[in-house]
Amino acid sequence: MFEQIAFYFFSVLTIGLFLVTVFSKNVLYAMSALASGMVVIAGFFFMVGADFLGVVQLIVYVGAVMALYAFGMMFFNVTKDLKEKTTSNIWILIVAVTVALLMILMFAGAINPDAIYASLPMSYKMNNPEAVGMALFTKYLVPFEVAAIMLLIAMIGGIILAGKKMDTSLTNIEDEVLQQKDAK
Amino acid sequence: MIGLNHYLILSGILFTIGLIGVLRRRNLLMLFFSTEIMLNAANVAFAATSNFYHDLSGQMFAFFVVAIAASEVAIGLGLLILVYKKENTLDLDDLASMKG
Repeated sequence: MFEQIAFYFFSVLTIGLFLVTVFSKNVLYAMSALASGMVVIAGFFFMVGADFLGVVQLIVYVGAVMALYAFGMMFFNVTKDLKEKTTSNIWILIVAVTVALLMILMFAGAINPDAIYASLPMSYKMNNPEAVGMALFTKYLVPFEVAAIMLLIAMIGGIILAGKKMDTSLTNIEDEVLQQKDAK
Repeated sequence: MIGLNHYLILSGILFTIGLIGVLRRRNLLMLFFSTEIMLNAANVAFAATSNFYHDLSGQMFAFFVVAIAASEVAIGLGLLILVYKKENTLDLDDLASMKG
């Protein structure tokens, strides 16, 4: 009973918040709606018993990714509304739904649900974070280390890309350009 | 009772919303937001499948998806800042430099 109430409540919330993200004209509204949607997604993870994944979702997505976006916002002009030339909505809706259905058919059609067996069965002796730790450092050790190297490379890349010419501020550049235009 | 199909349908709806965003928006930042929505939809499906088949692999895949999303954002935002410094806009129609 409570599971049903929680599921439908969270579903309506996520779908609504993500619709705001996709259709909003203001970048700040879109980012706030996305961040709150991520929090509700973490609620889904807690509901299906993936406790550690829910915490990771809260820390990494809501904490790190959205904070990174918020830092990125400081470089862009977000106060004015976006003016975009949008193509006709009904065609995009048709294309998106068709593509999603085709992907579901492609992947779900090839799977026989009776033939699925658990390659990494959950143990009832361990709680979820413990089981995740055991799996991560035994079976998935190599992907884990590769992901660590990938994150390191991404960090270095991000610093090098965004850190170029950090000493000159964007607003000063715009002022100089404006002054040059005025002089002409 | 909430079953696996409920979660998979929800995941499909969220993925479609993300796909609509990718197709509809012309702002690069909004494209990044829509990509995050699609990644999250996949994560919901992974976690739900993992729960209903009593298999931990789905959750492990979701962890790697989160790691990839984090590095994608780090590199992508760096590139976005460079593009914005160079062109002073993030609109795809203004950024298009080739005719056709």
